[in-house]
Amino acid sequence: MRGGGGGSGAEPGCKMEGLTLSEAEQRYYCDLFSYCDTESTKKVASNGRVLELFRAAQLPNDVVMQIMELCGATRLGYFGRSQFYIALKLVAVAQSGLPLRVESLNTVKDLPLPRFVVSKNEQESRHTALYSSDADNPASYSGVIPPPPGRIQVKKGSVSHDAVQQRTSTDQQESTSPVVSPQQSPPTSPHTWRKHNRHPSGGNNERPLAGPGPFWAPFSEAQPGSSTSSDPIWSGHSPPPHQENWVSFADTPPTSALLAMHPASVQDQTTVRTVASATTANEIRRQSSSYDDPWKITDEQRQYYVNQFKTIQPDLNGFIPGSAAKEFFTKSKLPILELSHIWELSDFDKDGALTLDEFCAAFHLVVARKNGYDLPEKLPESLMPKLIDLEDSTEVGEQTGEVGYSSSPAEAPPSKSPSMPSLNQTWPELNQSSEDTAIVHPVPIRMTPSKIHMQEMELKRTGSDHANPTSPLLVKPPDLPEENKMSSSVKFTAGNTVTDGYSSSDSYASDPEQIGSTVTRQRSHSGTSPDNTAPPPPPPRPHPSHSRSSSLDMNRSFSVTPGQQQAGVVAYPPAVPPRPQPSQGAGPHVHRPVDAEGLIAHTSTSPQQIPEQPNFADFSQFEAFAVSGVNKEEEDEIETHSEVLQVEKPSDSASSLRGAKADGRVEDKAPANVPTSAAKGTTPLAPPPKPIRRRLKSEDELRPEAEEHTQKTGVIAAVLASQPSIPRSVGKDKKAIQASIRRNKETNTVLARLNSELQQQLKDVLEERISLEVQLEQLRPFSHL
Amino acid sequence: MGGGDGGGGDKMAVCIAVIAKENYPLYIRSVPTENELKFHYTVHTSLDVVDEKISAMGKALVDQRELYLGLLYPTEDYKVYGYVTNSKVKFVMVVDSSNTALRDNEIRSMFRKLHNSYTDIMCNPFYNPGDRIHSRAFDNTVNSMMMQVC
Repeated sequence: MRGGGGGSGAEPGCKMEGLTLSEAEQRYYCDLFSYCDTESTKKVASNGRVLELFRAAQLPNDVVMQIMELCGATRLGYFGRSQFYIALKLVAVAQSGLPLRVESLNTVKDLPLPRFVVSKNEQESRHTALYSSDADNPASYSGVIPPPPGRIQVKKGSVSHDAVQQRTSTDQQESTSPVVSPQQSPPTSPHTWRKHNRHPSGGNNERPLAGPGPFWAPFSEAQPGSSTSSDPIWSGHSPPPHQENWVSFADTPPTSALLAMHPASVQDQTTVRTVASATTANEIRRQSSSYDDPWKITDEQRQYYVNQFKTIQPDLNGFIPGSAAKEFFTKSKLPILELSHIWELSDFDKDGALTLDEFCAAFHLVVARKNGYDLPEKLPESLMPKLIDLEDSTEVGEQTGEVGYSSSPAEAPPSKSPSMPSLNQTWPELNQSSEDTAIVHPVPIRMTPSKIHMQEMELKRTGSDHANPTSPLLVKPPDLPEENKMSSSVKFTAGNTVTDGYSSSDSYASDPEQIGSTVTRQRSHSGTSPDNTAPPPPPPRPHPSHSRSSSLDMNRSFSVTPGQQQAGVVAYPPAVPPRPQPSQGAGPHVHRPVDAEGLIAHTSTSPQQIPEQPNFADFSQFEAFAVSGVNKEEEDEIETHSEVLQVEKPSDSASSLRGAKADGRVEDKAPANVPTSAAKGTTPLAPPPKPIRRRLKSEDELRPEAEEHTQKTGVIAAVLASQPSIPRSVGKDKKAIQASIRRNKETNTVLARLNSELQQQLKDVLEERISLEVQLEQLRPFSHL
Repeated sequence: MGGGDGGGGDKMAVCIAVIAKENYPLYIRSVPTENELKFHYTVHTSLDVVDEKISAMGKALVDQRELYLGLLYPTEDYKVYGYVTNSKVKFVMVVDSSNTALRDNEIRSMFRKLHNSYTDIMCNPFYNPGDRIHSRAFDNTVNSMMMQVC
């Protein structure tokens, strides 16, 4: 809605609702508006301030009322930006003695800027001072001032703050002059003014414009005289631009000289001035400490905060946990909602703990709130953790480049020059976003909670940008799928049970692909990975397991009907063929038990085998490995089984069974397998061995397993066994594999036949049903007869 | 906030709700022009579907459960999507059916953002789990996803 509102200021003029403002006017008005905008609404100027301002304009009350009516504020009941601007313009009109008319708004060309005398606010007085002539000049000059340029430099009002104070005292003296320039101009503003003043003085002398001429003369005289804390930069700069402008003035036709001059001079001067003003502004800003920038922390404040931090957490590089911070800040008796918001603002990396910087920011916000300042929506730059270090160096740089004018310093949550805040605020975002992409390589660490915290702590300690700690957190999801994790992370998961590994990491939420990938990774690390086989990357767990379990069920059910023999033959995928050569004879037997039915069968024979279980203690593992080694072809199934089994958390009996199973058979493998099996963890290993054992055991020794567990454990065991045992029993494996293949084929054919028979039966039944239904329908009409 | 974007390029949820584990609402936000009561009711009824989906996952497979539940049920006017966290906090999102451009992946990413914002809230020690959510940051996130209706 507004053309240049908010301090962009670079446009030549702004058109707002029929109101044409020159650049200078626009800036001035914008500043004033911001000043009046105590609630930072950016839309409405508070009535109180506006009225003050009008009073300061020293206009008779009825004129003020007329102005308010004309601008539409009375009608609306509040001062919107446009109303405010119109009102200001009308003030200027009134002050220059012209009749108040709406038409006069746009018709009066060279209207001086409105003058306000008030000394209450440094803002206003600053404005007036800026806009006024130089220090020594008591005479007032009409608003033909180069104020905007001067004002531009006053970044947040801090610049001329002190100056303004002094000025205001002297201002009161003049009745005519809207602004009394201070006797001695403060460091920065005078410089700026001087330049401006020179311009107008030079220009005015040549122009027949209203009034200012006589004023200018004194100004020009005064200027050389006034030499407050001269800024060398200024002195250096002022003459040249001055001269130029003089020249330019001479050239420009008088009528429009004023307006033309302003932009020209403004531009010339501002560029020059910005450099100087930047430094001086900084000085002033620092001098005025937190006055102008409510969010800046003074040294003593910071010291206090640090001491408070130490009472909670002696290590300055450490964290304050959330609970401690909560207690601490609750003591401030602010409402929980506000404390919650303060926390949101200050906990920059969202980790639930406060570092020193975050704590200071939070404390500062609490203090500000208690003093009546409203909480900002976003964390002010001066409070941002990573910016505190860079504040000084970056500020100047930013301002130097900035020609336009920063938003009014009066705004409670000040933002420095527009470029600054935007730049600073984009930093965290940029960093965080870039982290998303960039983080991948440098930090290929699995973001387990402990690791994240560790990383954060390190980064915080080093004071490096805070995006890093967040980045792992932020990047977690995208990172996860990328499988850049180091093996350590894999081992981390491997350390847990597989299920935990999949679900524990918060970042790994529930992503089947990720799970699959981690599983894959684990597998690649094999040796240590608990259960999964090395080779085939498993499809997402649920499916295989589902299929597996369903087949298991089927098998089980079948086993009941066809008989155990068959059941046993139903090639349980894990059906690890009897791997050990000695037990070749037992191979077929071994296979059988693999199935669920087999288990059932086993149970029947369990009594016989139970006593043997204890024997399994050591060997079963090896056997299991050996067996699994044999079953390369069935690894897939085995894996899935193992996964399922893992989920089911095989019991210890499996391991004991395993031990018993292996007796004698895998002795040679025992030594090697024992460590591996142990390494893999007992629980996951437990299940696998069972079925394997079953198979391996020639007799019904393996039967004891007759539980579902054993089936699956057998699978897993087979899988596990396969890894280490592969190299050893190649020959045995082949035979075993072939045997198992044969057996499986047999089972398959049997099942297929069964299936087809059942299908046929189903069809028959369906046909019957249909016919019955038809009959029913035919009979229905007669039913009630 | 740009006005009049009405289902244009932005995210376009019509209603977003956060439901606690005990199935009471922590946060509901609807596009104001619509009948809010209708959306509250929709979200409430969708909880049944959410529970059904959760329980259907199976006892043994809790770990592999997906957080994103997908389309809970469609009506002629709108579709309802669900998402549940590991702590059984549910996010329900109602989107306009006419908005065909919204793909499943987009919905997923919106839920992920919601989840991230929610965890940020949880990190705030001043927030008691089970309280209503009053965070401005969360509001901003939700606003960014809501249909921009003037």
